[in-house]
Amino acid sequence: MTFAATRRRALFVLALLAVAAAASLLLSLAVGSLALTPGEVWAALFGADENMAREVVRGLRLPRALAAFACGGLLALAGALMQVLLRNPLADPYVLGISGGASVGVLAAMLLGASAGFGLEAAAFVGALAAMWLVFGLARGDGSWTQTRLLLTGVIVSAGCGAAVALMLSLAPDQQLRGMLFWLMGDASQAGEPLPALFILAAGLLVAMFYARELNLLTRGPLLAATLGANVGRLRLVLYFLASLLTAAAVTSVGSVGFVGLVVPHLVRLALGNDQRLLLPAATLAGGALLTLADTLARSVIAPQQLPVGVLTALIGVPVFLFLLARSPRLEHA
Amino acid sequence: MRTIKRKSVRTAHPAETALLNARNLAVSIGGKQVVRGLNLALQPGDRLVLLGRNGVGKTTLLHTLAGLRAPDSGEIELSGQTYAALGPRRAAQLRGLLPQHQGDAFAASVLETVLIGRHPHLSRWDWESTADEHLAREALAAVGLAELAARSIHTLSGGERQRVALATLLVQAPKLYLLDEPLAHLDLNHQIAVLELASRRAREGNAALAMVLHDVNLAAHFSDQALLLHGEGEHELGASAAVLDAARLSRLYGHPLREIRDETRRWFVPVMPK
Repeated sequence: MTFAATRRRALFVLALLAVAAAASLLLSLAVGSLALTPGEVWAALFGADENMAREVVRGLRLPRALAAFACGGLLALAGALMQVLLRNPLADPYVLGISGGASVGVLAAMLLGASAGFGLEAAAFVGALAAMWLVFGLARGDGSWTQTRLLLTGVIVSAGCGAAVALMLSLAPDQQLRGMLFWLMGDASQAGEPLPALFILAAGLLVAMFYARELNLLTRGPLLAATLGANVGRLRLVLYFLASLLTAAAVTSVGSVGFVGLVVPHLVRLALGNDQRLLLPAATLAGGALLTLADTLARSVIAPQQLPVGVLTALIGVPVFLFLLARSPRLEHA
Repeated sequence: MRTIKRKSVRTAHPAETALLNARNLAVSIGGKQVVRGLNLALQPGDRLVLLGRNGVGKTTLLHTLAGLRAPDSGEIELSGQTYAALGPRRAAQLRGLLPQHQGDAFAASVLETVLIGRHPHLSRWDWESTADEHLAREALAAVGLAELAARSIHTLSGGERQRVALATLLVQAPKLYLLDEPLAHLDLNHQIAVLELASRRAREGNAALAMVLHDVNLAAHFSDQALLLHGEGEHELGASAAVLDAARLSRLYGHPLREIRDETRRWFVPVMPK
């Protein structure tokens, strides 16, 4: 297959993913205790008449679906970037302790009596940023900035946060435990206004695409990247802060949803190869679609009971991933 | 530090137009001196070989010449400009480095890997064109890997991977080629082919070569100048024909070598232990 043909195929896959993302959003607006047809969803979204459907779709389902989509996209994009930064296909957005920091922030706020809403989001964001700066400062301590040092620092800070989370869970009064556990597993029902997260997603993707070809260089190693004209030091800083901010935005809105950030970039890589210019937008769309679908299931499978969406992403993703891995003609996507 | 006078043909070039010009260069790594007071000028067509024992700092010096690490003191100019003035992108259009190790954390096809070399020639939002793909396929053909274009790099042997790295460098098409052990993992026939290919680039493409080699006979045959790194900052630089002799090489490697000659050529062979 020529290179041009490969790229045409890649663009086709990208277009498919865009359609899938739109379909997942439409589905999430239609499914629920009040089931709607696509036409009714359309009328509810853009129609003028005030009715129940309009209330449900625009007031309840749309913000939640958009929050789930944004969070999935953020996590998948952050995961793809972390994998390049650490040059490790097994890195995920949480590996450097961002979600750990956010969890500590949120649980501490809950213990101090904050309930759902802005207080928790602020606590999550502050916790994530604190972890980001802590890892950054420690990993750069003596001015060196190697992958191994960064990874080790992140893993250790993560572990520390994990211990703090366990401590707070054990100290928490029983009536708060359920809320805490749901937050830890990722829960879109508490998501607030989705627009900030969507905006951060769009801006982050734009910045990432700006550097995409340099990221391709970085996957081949810092030395080769530098000889081919990339400013490796600056590139890594951009990557670190971008991936961290994206992760912080995601965990702030929906909590630490697992799995998406690790596996979506992987799935997309199996289908599209490693060109970051295709991988980054594709992972963003696929992550958004996956989390939207998972959240739709989470609130409808055993309605009115709700499941934590993080559990569902894992339940959907793990078998799909194993299936693809088993049948992919091992690393042969020319 | 002895510097042997170079052939008058080369000194006729004014130093300012040299592709690479290093003046009074001092380089050290981890407290160990690699060179001190090195003056080196490479004109288009020049082929320099760097020889020295393991750990003496050949790679460090090559990286310094590539502008990837700062020297302790001295100046390096590429086509008359410092690396700082050139910036990384312009520098990448002028000089290329074949690294000693290839990092392949992620899978990619051979063709994609080679196309990476076009990076400094594309502007930010450009994609590789059919012309770039054509260049990449030509480079792959030049290293004898044309039929492997669609293969994943993870399925290649060490020698094939090394030739892919070389093709990437050919596609980058710099003026100064810095080759760090270009013959690693290669069979004898490919060793000769690679050195011939590089020499042809120097001759016909008005490029200059600086390469780290371990085989003194290939070094003698495929170079015009030789830089011997003796350790502790001591070096000898001069025309290969003059600098490479049995006495110096024996001292360089700490093992006796003998010279064998016929009418046209000479070979250095290590004296074997009894």
